Amino acid sequence: MSDPPAVDETRPEVGWIAAELQQEFPGLALMQLVVERGSGRSTKEVKERLKLLSDRFSGGQAINMRHQPIPWAYRVFYRHIGLDPDEQRTPVEELALDRMKHGGFRSHNLLDDALTIAIVESGVAVRAFDADRVSGPLGIRPTAAGEQLEGRPGELPPGTLVVADAERPLSLLFGALAQGRGVSPKTKRTLLIAIQVGGVPAIAVEEALWLAASVLRG
Amino acid sequence: MPARKEFLLSAVLDRTDLTTSGPLVPATTLPETDERLARADLRGQIARLERQLGELFASAFPRRGFEWKVGAIGGPRVLSTGELERLRDALAMRLRDVQAELGRQADVEEANRGLLESMIAAPEEHRWVIVSNQDIGEPGCRHWHSRPRWGILGMLMGWWRLRISSGCPLAAGPRPPASVARSL
Repeated sequence: MSDPPAVDETRPEVGWIAAELQQEFPGLALMQLVVERGSGRSTKEVKERLKLLSDRFSGGQAINMRHQPIPWAYRVFYRHIGLDPDEQRTPVEELALDRMKHGGFRSHNLLDDALTIAIVESGVAVRAFDADRVSGPLGIRPTAAGEQLEGRPGELPPGTLVVADAERPLSLLFGALAQGRGVSPKTKRTLLIAIQVGGVPAIAVEEALWLAASVLRG
Repeated sequence: MPARKEFLLSAVLDRTDLTTSGPLVPATTLPETDERLARADLRGQIARLERQLGELFASAFPRRGFEWKVGAIGGPRVLSTGELERLRDALAMRLRDVQAELGRQADVEEANRGLLESMIAAPEEHRWVIVSNQDIGEPGCRHWHSRPRWGILGMLMGWWRLRISSGCPLAAGPRPPASVARSL
């Protein structure tokens, strides 16, 4: 087991970005926040909040989402890094599609519900790791030759953009997680991260983390 | 340091793996900063095209039959200048295709609106013709149907009228059977 990341629970900390990526994508940033609890069952209040959010989120909003500033910024960034946002959807579009298909935002567990609320309210891409299973502050970097995601077959092509800690890649940027690094029922501390891209204001990123953390803390 | 210079020169002259067929100076390449500026410029163009596609997506709704996907280059990674150019061109082509298709559909819808107006004015001249909301580019399930009043009698007498449907089915589905409704 690795040392807990040196981040403060009360305010988000800025993660590191590899120098070559800073030059290529000046707006790219990662912010992180530790919450001293894992997931669990959603409370009645959280389910009620999801329901209210579902009522507030209409089909019209889903249709117009593509040219709203924050969802558009993520779509553009997806294009810039070689992903097609119509095949691999941005987090907020994935949730919007889910809302349209199922008639509401479905409740899964406390962490997923907290992420849903944060992403839909802010439009920012937020995800979570087990804070006790990462080593040091997280950042974004391209992979070197021979690196791989734990639990996934094969090596990652060199230059693949990943969220990493001091030792290893933890997930693809906007993609699959390494096995054992995500939040599980045994998780005691959750590390929330938000990925900021060019065109997304820092205040929206902080708000997203604050929202997810406040729902988790109850 | 002349001794060192001589040594380096002799080392190069002694090498047998150098051929004279290739250029003696390295091929001219753009400096990295210029490449980066070119990539930044291409990213700006991609962002603008993506915005236009997004606006078109919203204005095309609820019409169908559009292809929005451009295809992934493969990532996540930093794309080269050539790949960004390919992506820019693909987006521009997609935008042009969607605009052309939207224009074609708008022409058909305009013609259908004209047809609907003439159906309202003279239903007997458009017997059994149905025009739906989708035909005129509107959301919803309403349709206009030119049909005879009083069935076959109206047909024989030429009493034609335009009937407007009541809209979409209820979201909750058909009404439950009376026994179920009572228990509720």
